[in-house]
Amino acid sequence: MTPRVVFPNKILPYLLVAPQLAITAIFFYWPASQALYQSMLREDPFGLKSSFVWFANFRKVLADPNYLNSLKVTAIFSVSTAAVAMSVALLLAVMADKVVRSRGLYRTLLIWPYAVAPAIAGMLWLFLFNPSIGSLAYLLRAAGIAWDPLLNGTQAMVLVVAAAAWKQISYNFLFFVAGLQAIPKTLIEAAAIDGAGETKRFWTIVFPLLAPTTFFLLVVNTVYAFFDTFGIIHAVTGGGPGKATETLVYKVYNDGFVNLILGDSAAQSVILMVIVIALTAVQFRYVERKVHYG
Amino acid sequence: MAEPSMLPPASGHDKLMIGQSAAGIYLAHAVLILGVVIVAFPIYYTFVASTHTLQTILRPPLPLVPGSEAVANYSEALFGGIGRIGGVGVGTLLFNSTVTALGIALGKIVISILSAYAIVFYRFPLRMTFFWLIFITLMLPVEVRILPTYKVMVDLGLIDTYAGLIVPLIASATATLLFRQFFLTIPGELVEAARVDGAGPWKFFKDILLPLSRTNIAALFVILFIYGWTQYLWPLLVTNRNDMNTIVIALRKMISFADADTEWHLVMVTAILAILPPILVVVLMQRWFVRGLIETEK
Amino acid sequence: MATVDLKDVRKTYPSGVEAVKGVSIAIHDKALCVLVGPSGCGKSTLLRMIAGLEAITDGAIAIEGKVVNAIGPAERDIAMVFQNYALYPHMSVYDNMAYGLRNRGTPRDEIDRRVRATAKTLELDHLLKRQPRELSGGQRQRVAMGRAIVRNPKVFLFDEPLSNLDAKLRGQMRVEIKNLQRALGVTSVYVTHDQLEAMTLADVLVVMNAGVVEQIGAPLDVYERPETTFVASFIGAPPMNLLPVAALPSSITSAAPAGAATLGFRPEDGTFSDHSEQSQLSLAAEVEGVEPVGAESFLYCRHADNRLILRASGRTTVEPGARLAVTIAPEKMHWFDGEGKRLS
Repeated sequence: MTPRVVFPNKILPYLLVAPQLAITAIFFYWPASQALYQSMLREDPFGLKSSFVWFANFRKVLADPNYLNSLKVTAIFSVSTAAVAMSVALLLAVMADKVVRSRGLYRTLLIWPYAVAPAIAGMLWLFLFNPSIGSLAYLLRAAGIAWDPLLNGTQAMVLVVAAAAWKQISYNFLFFVAGLQAIPKTLIEAAAIDGAGETKRFWTIVFPLLAPTTFFLLVVNTVYAFFDTFGIIHAVTGGGPGKATETLVYKVYNDGFVNLILGDSAAQSVILMVIVIALTAVQFRYVERKVHYG
Repeated sequence: MAEPSMLPPASGHDKLMIGQSAAGIYLAHAVLILGVVIVAFPIYYTFVASTHTLQTILRPPLPLVPGSEAVANYSEALFGGIGRIGGVGVGTLLFNSTVTALGIALGKIVISILSAYAIVFYRFPLRMTFFWLIFITLMLPVEVRILPTYKVMVDLGLIDTYAGLIVPLIASATATLLFRQFFLTIPGELVEAARVDGAGPWKFFKDILLPLSRTNIAALFVILFIYGWTQYLWPLLVTNRNDMNTIVIALRKMISFADADTEWHLVMVTAILAILPPILVVVLMQRWFVRGLIETEK
Repeated sequence: MATVDLKDVRKTYPSGVEAVKGVSIAIHDKALCVLVGPSGCGKSTLLRMIAGLEAITDGAIAIEGKVVNAIGPAERDIAMVFQNYALYPHMSVYDNMAYGLRNRGTPRDEIDRRVRATAKTLELDHLLKRQPRELSGGQRQRVAMGRAIVRNPKVFLFDEPLSNLDAKLRGQMRVEIKNLQRALGVTSVYVTHDQLEAMTLADVLVVMNAGVVEQIGAPLDVYERPETTFVASFIGAPPMNLLPVAALPSSITSAAPAGAATLGFRPEDGTFSDHSEQSQLSLAAEVEGVEPVGAESFLYCRHADNRLILRASGRTTVEPGARLAVTIAPEKMHWFDGEGKRLS
């Protein structure tokens, strides 16, 4: 490490970091510590006084079948969304890597869903697939499928997964294209000379070399499915029908703001915090690896 | 700092790489076109719906081509006010979203560039503590501290204000890390040359650092504008009044499947107007956007 | 009278590393003083302390007789040319040169006059609107020089300014820098690790090693009378031959002063003839390799366990494997004691 040249001022640097630190303290650290504190409190039914109950809220939450259901829903939702969004994006990126002509045009046409708010993405899909006015729902029913995501839990899940994955394709596409371009063309050529056909080349050379990108996107997509899709759930299904699409984040919101069970909601927040910290740690292990080998 | 060059060459046909068949290239185009159709269809169809009458929309299937009501629908939404959200016009909603998105993007850039500047170019007690305090906020998204943060907003009287929509979201570890990363690549000699040339901290920041950060700022601006525009949970919590809603939240309020009086044609118009500004920003600033996206995640 | 005086200057980093261990140098007005030494010898640190970019742990630095220890770089009235030029990448050549003047509040027309005059001297006048990235390495180097000259400072500081140029351009710029420095008459401190550059440029040569000054003097004096074995082996290419006294025949060591541990002689000072003419006053050497470089040839030889290099003018008929008798005139012998200090 070369010693960096610095300015000798004593007070200025504190003034420079002050705005960010102030906002961080007021809106991040204080609320987060409050969440921790509240997660160990229980209010009496009238909300008049609260008592310190240590980990009782956590025990209660983790034993609650509704919470376990919501864990399961979140797992199904995240895995499906990540799988769909990543495989479609990878397919498109591999195809885009092959063509030279119109590659820029394809990119432009594929990236706009990134700019669509998740909630609006949900509403667009709901508009196509809702049983009363959805044109595609109409076609499905004409084809003899009993389609009603407002009543059928599985169908509701399919709909939110489709909307969530649709919105995420552009992001994954851009990263896969960048990842593919980083693979040296000479490797592909060497494999071709070694007699590997196009499909074989993809699975034995390209896909393994793409692993860091894939892994990174897996983490990002999981985080996205966990947190950023609140809008989709809230706008499309409201967690229903019958809690079939109630994800962890939606439940925190619902218990805290709608049902006003503060201790439970706080305990759930803390569990979510642990999940984020774990995901971030995984992500940084990946970054570290990239630094070492890349 | 490599920007993937994904632009096509000026002219020419697809060059076949070894082992590639012409049929493979046609297949690739076919798959891409199908991809584009899937990606674009929901937006296109919403646009089509926004140009038809409510009656047409209520009788699926909807035609695949735009109808004749575009002018009527858009002017009604923009200037007439929408009943379900208390007669607020889409113009107000667009204004709220623009203020919020710009406020978040500019606010984040300003406070992040200042703190990154301090952390990279000064040595002071607690420097690394501050860095870690900022860094750890990565792990505390709004979703994990909803209720207590809401309570802070109530206590500070920030509900239904622009400050309430903007300020809690402008502390960003990502932007600070990006600027820090970039500042670390600036050669020490350049800073020394500026000092020998008589530039103090402020002149160095204004004359050297800011101009050099232009592309980073542009890239970050696109990403953060989109981030601000597409916020959902936070605006949902801190706005109660219809005329303070962002367009995304208002759109949600306009839809109800339970009762029959949802004005679907206006919903469609609002949806199109809600996604148009961020799409324009992304498409027009594509170069910065792609670069910013790939670099913020490094 | 811009003199630069260093008095027992020291630099100790917080990590405890002593980069400069007490250096005193007096540089006269208008002199070009070159600090030379291997990398890590403290020469750059010393230069940066003169510039005010690095704090002084102990001792004093005075410019024009005024101690500047506590003064910032901008107020010392110095200009610096950096190894990587450190041109502002977003500013045109003109703005790069004008920036320092603007920061000093120089009037606009005065700035314009000076920038144009300097650009003319350096033949940069047609490049003033260009950005640094549009320039070649040599042109960037000139802009860096121009940025220093335009300020008309009391002292120029050069930090290995030519090390990023190719060999041919480096030779050319060396001459140019020397001529400019003379013409402008500005006291200069120049840091390099290249002894040839140091020899050709310096009015005063300062050889540094491990944070201390080994020798100060005019280049040729240093070459002819190295004060230490370090200087002897660092200045001159190929370096001076250094042989332990123990390995020498008594006929030669009888001429040595008391306490001598090492004999040194320049490659060109050893005359050699065929082995058969071996006399009492000569060293036996076996040729291991021959390097003809045109006007001269170098013979890489071995005497007992020691290597030595001899210089022959023009072509040589000596071939590897040949055995030579090497004779050194007594006045060309340099004797050093056990600590590497010169004896005479």
